Amino acid sequence: MSTSRTAPSQPHTQMSPTSTESSSTAQATTPKMRASNVNFYYGSFKALHDVSLSFEANKVTALIGPSGCGKSTFLRNLNRINETLRDTRIEGEITLDGENILDKDVTEIRRRIGMVFQRPNPFPKSIFENIVYGPKINGMLKKTSAAEIVEKSLRRAALWDEVKDKLHESAYAISGGQQQRLCIARALAVDPEVLLLDEPCSALDPIATAKIEDLLVGLKQQCTIVIVTHNMQQAARVADTTGFFLLGKLIEHDKTDVIFKNPAKRETEDYITGRFG
Amino acid sequence: MRPFEEDFKLLNDTLQEMGSLVAHSVHKSVFSLIDRNEDYAHQVLRDESRIDQMEVQIDDLAASLIVREQPVARDMRFVVVAIKINTDLERMGDLAVNVVERTLGMMGQPPLPEMVDFREIANLVESMVLGSLDAFVKRDAQIARGVLTSDDAVDKCRNAIQHQVMNLMQRDPSTIPRAVDHLIIARSLERIADHATNVAEDVIFLVQGIDVRHQATGEAA
Repeated sequence: MSTSRTAPSQPHTQMSPTSTESSSTAQATTPKMRASNVNFYYGSFKALHDVSLSFEANKVTALIGPSGCGKSTFLRNLNRINETLRDTRIEGEITLDGENILDKDVTEIRRRIGMVFQRPNPFPKSIFENIVYGPKINGMLKKTSAAEIVEKSLRRAALWDEVKDKLHESAYAISGGQQQRLCIARALAVDPEVLLLDEPCSALDPIATAKIEDLLVGLKQQCTIVIVTHNMQQAARVADTTGFFLLGKLIEHDKTDVIFKNPAKRETEDYITGRFG
Repeated sequence: MRPFEEDFKLLNDTLQEMGSLVAHSVHKSVFSLIDRNEDYAHQVLRDESRIDQMEVQIDDLAASLIVREQPVARDMRFVVVAIKINTDLERMGDLAVNVVERTLGMMGQPPLPEMVDFREIANLVESMVLGSLDAFVKRDAQIARGVLTSDDAVDKCRNAIQHQVMNLMQRDPSTIPRAVDHLIIARSLERIADHATNVAEDVIFLVQGIDVRHQATGEAA
């Protein structure tokens, strides 16, 4: 493991021009998660610059910005997936319920903070085995039966009715949109408190996309959701708050309605109206 | 300029052209009223169909932009405002027609026994129309706020005219048909001012993203 960490250089309540945590909603209540003054490096390249952002419980936060702006890098720090990369380094603090996740057991953190990736990536196993994999390695099958967890997770991912008769068939036998919902069901099977999604609909058609979006709106009753998307309309449709990243900096974070109707920063407006660059 | 920006420019230019046409109609209707100018009155009647055509064209351009671009932020505000201003301009054009129709009717009639002076309300209304369009063209919220402050003065003028004409009708019922024309003209001018106020409020939303409708003038700032 080559990732190293350093303590935050500044108190995380401090605001700086580069850490634009402007959301009044995000700060109105104690956040479920909070990133404070996060800097992240790939080798000598600084990919994130002093990013501070709070995620309110049971809300959907969308992260938008051009390719290479750091939004996915930031998302991947929220459950420490970036630690699997060599020669990376993070500074700052990321808390879950007030506790710094950078000091916690990484397996436990990834159970509490699930992740869904851009392309559906089911295991080369049956639908059933995909779902029970997480609960099994987390010792959850002692309390609840596997069949129970599978049904509950697939129902939460709005996939149960479509696959209930082929649970023991290969996960590769279902459509791309269904595979992505299977991946969401797999993430939900371990009852995460936070769900991170990295462009989850970019490989899906509009119908499958709509199903995922409907699903997210329902899922936020049960967990806190952070979604990276290149689809502005998707952010506008599903997110309660939206953060705009540019060149590794959080430029603006506010209620989604505000971001898409009357953003405070010129850079945000230029990007969402297509005048960027 | 990228293609979608050209589409926004076309909508903006068409709306400005319509605004100019409507401003001329209002000016000509006022001129025909004050100076009893029949030629200007007929020009207003002729221009009405062009204004109506432009209303349809602008709605179509705006709908196409929504479908193709799904605008957000200032682009969204612009399209929303364009649709609303379009409606207000078309109504101003209709009201200018009302003014000249009544003016033409009055031209063949003997004057009222007491002169009804429309100059003050006409000047105020015309300046509000020009001000609101100027604010739109320049994207200037300050000019727009200036327009909002004139609305009360127009209402006062209209009330004064109404009071005067009602007195005339009570004193001499034979004047009622002609007096009603005066009341309708005053009412039409006041309504034009209301639409200019709407345009000014829309400009403030366009420029600043804030909604100042249904607030006292002082709070609008």
